[in-house]
Amino acid sequence: METRSIMIVGVGGQGSLLASRLLGNVLLAKGFDVKVSEVHGMSQRGGSVVTYVKYGDEVCSPVIEKGEADVIISFELLESARWLPYLKKGGKLITSTQQLDPMPVITGAAQYPEDIAAKIKDMGVEVTAVDALGLAEQAGNAKASNVVLMGVVSAQTEFEEELWQNAIEQCVPPKFLELNKKAFELGRAAR
Amino acid sequence: MKKLMLGNEAFARGLYEAGVTIVSSYPGTPSTEITEYAAKYEDIYAEWAPNEKVAAETAIGASIAGARSFCGMKHVGLNVAADPLFTFSYSGVNGGMVIAVADDPGMHSSQNEQDSRHYAIAAKVPMLEPSDSSEVRDYVKAAYDISEEFDTPVIVRMCTRVAHSQSAVELFDREEHPLKDYVKCPQKYVMMPAYARPRHVVVEERTAKLITYAETSPLNRIIENNTDIGIITSGICFQYAREAMGDKASYLKLGMVNPFPVELIKDFCAKHKTVYVIEELDDIIETHCKKLGLDVIGKELFGFIGEFSQAVVAEKLLGVKNEVMTFPENVPVRPPVMCAGCPHRGLFYCLSKNKITVSGDIGCYTLGASAPLNAMDTTICMGASVSALHGFNKARGEEAEKKTVAVIGDSTFMHSGITGLVNIAYNATNSTVIILDNSITGMTGHQQNPTTGKNLKGDPAAAVNLEELCHAVGIKRVVVVDPYDLAQTEAAIKEELAAPEPSVIISRRPCALLKYVKHEAPLKVDEGKCVGCKMCLKLGCPAISVRNGKCVIDHTQCVGCGICTEVCKPKAIIK
Repeated sequence: METRSIMIVGVGGQGSLLASRLLGNVLLAKGFDVKVSEVHGMSQRGGSVVTYVKYGDEVCSPVIEKGEADVIISFELLESARWLPYLKKGGKLITSTQQLDPMPVITGAAQYPEDIAAKIKDMGVEVTAVDALGLAEQAGNAKASNVVLMGVVSAQTEFEEELWQNAIEQCVPPKFLELNKKAFELGRAAR
Repeated sequence: MKKLMLGNEAFARGLYEAGVTIVSSYPGTPSTEITEYAAKYEDIYAEWAPNEKVAAETAIGASIAGARSFCGMKHVGLNVAADPLFTFSYSGVNGGMVIAVADDPGMHSSQNEQDSRHYAIAAKVPMLEPSDSSEVRDYVKAAYDISEEFDTPVIVRMCTRVAHSQSAVELFDREEHPLKDYVKCPQKYVMMPAYARPRHVVVEERTAKLITYAETSPLNRIIENNTDIGIITSGICFQYAREAMGDKASYLKLGMVNPFPVELIKDFCAKHKTVYVIEELDDIIETHCKKLGLDVIGKELFGFIGEFSQAVVAEKLLGVKNEVMTFPENVPVRPPVMCAGCPHRGLFYCLSKNKITVSGDIGCYTLGASAPLNAMDTTICMGASVSALHGFNKARGEEAEKKTVAVIGDSTFMHSGITGLVNIAYNATNSTVIILDNSITGMTGHQQNPTTGKNLKGDPAAAVNLEELCHAVGIKRVVVVDPYDLAQTEAAIKEELAAPEPSVIISRRPCALLKYVKHEAPLKVDEGKCVGCKMCLKLGCPAISVRNGKCVIDHTQCVGCGICTEVCKPKAIIK
């Protein structure tokens, strides 16, 4: 099987590391060769962050380049726009509708573009936009929007729900398990 | 059993499986997790040292004592640890010793992109370079065997994309390597001239033996696909090349990047019409090939700067580029920022407001250099804030002393700020040093340090008393402020700058991300009172933005630190 590429993008602190670990564990359980490339350090401090997940028979490079991603999972609308060049033609975008102003917008040096999801759809990209933050708050904590989004992803991929549940149990501390399972269910049911 | 592991986690697994018992490191992205994961193994003693030199010397002592030992650091950390490395290369080991050095091509989290391979060449020690997590574990074990067989410390070079990528690793049992006997041997371990001269001869003989080893070592391997294109590469670049070129090229993958084989490379070049060298940063492999008189193509095509990828290789070697979609409007950049509730913000706001010249340092607080605070003038290396302030003040005199400060974090101050402060006291400049004591090593992800009262395992430990330390080196004026209290902080800065002698201000409040820090409820804006003056935006808090001319506070980010209430004149920010 040819290598498939999924990017998880967002803002430092939104929990992209947990999301990529869940996905990585599901893919490993499916028997794929998997590489997950993360960002630590400086960029985690509220900056734009990206995680690469690649799987197939044999994965070489852990990074994804422009025009290579089959799917982009975005935690924030502006980040969807920023990383769009990495999406392959015919690729899918799954995005949270959350908006976080970056510092140049806060200081008034730049404008936050309007209707980002609609504009990307107009470019012919298949877009799923979900209020992941709202659903996470419904589940009990705004921080669980990462797992809500993975619920959305699970509904759009062919991997068994059980594998996702196992991955959540492996990666989430017991204290937060129930919250995250609820967040996952809400995401999975979202359309 | 196979497990997805970060390269750094696999490194720790390699340490465990190789029977290592002593680990001493200083955190630095992208190397930090090696030591954190190593600390999870009960059979390994692991610690955070105050800096890389101390860490390396601790590992050296453990090696001489007969243990398999390790120290880990980022590329610039090896600058700090270079002194012991160069001489321990002469001594050689008793128990095997391995150093991890993690390079950061592309500078994801670093102040430069120096190439650590130069150190292996200069210190005449072997260096291995793995290209994924499974290889990391294997190479770490091989490194210990090489260390003991050839009587030398060995460096394993990581880079961001290997250190911070997860891939599958099969787990094996730990090999036990009981403590070797320690036998007094000054000719080997006392490196004074009379003993060091014969050891240099040993080092040159060792290098010759290592070159012979490199010719046939399984660490260096050839993947033969065709005779038109040959690629000599190592580490992560092997993965980029293989993804871009597949079976359109043959590969000589060098797992050992110092010393290089000679015949193996000559044979490979002879068998292929065109040979490319693909290596990030400097032209180390290429220079070796050219010294052998081989016709290879490298930096003229790829250059010396930044990270490569499969796309870079495909573009340079095949001339192909992916089709790219672009969002039709300007997408504002999103640089990293100080977190909401960050205790550094209040201090930098006061420095910015008073237009103070700031000699900066390495840590989260380097973000004080960014808009809108713009409160940093220099950042060079760990500890330079303090020593460079002294030099700046010596050069410019009283005029500078009255409006220039150094800022340095608690961990960085322990690392190499203390000696600079000693110099300020000893050689007398009227300098003002601000220690940003947030009770943790922040930027690398919350590591304990000698001021926090806890060790790497989280157990209670002796804590350096910063006030007493500053007094002890000869600084009489030491004041402590709470950076959430802007009035107090600003007054202290003004007073200490005006004082006729050197002083230290300790700006003390724990990092807002620490688990034990209790947050207040998020604040709100009373829209009726907000006049849209945007004073609160000067704080550069990511939780505050403007909608329809009025400020709004994002309740998911705000931790209720309250410094915005101190700058809001109409008192529109409320609980």
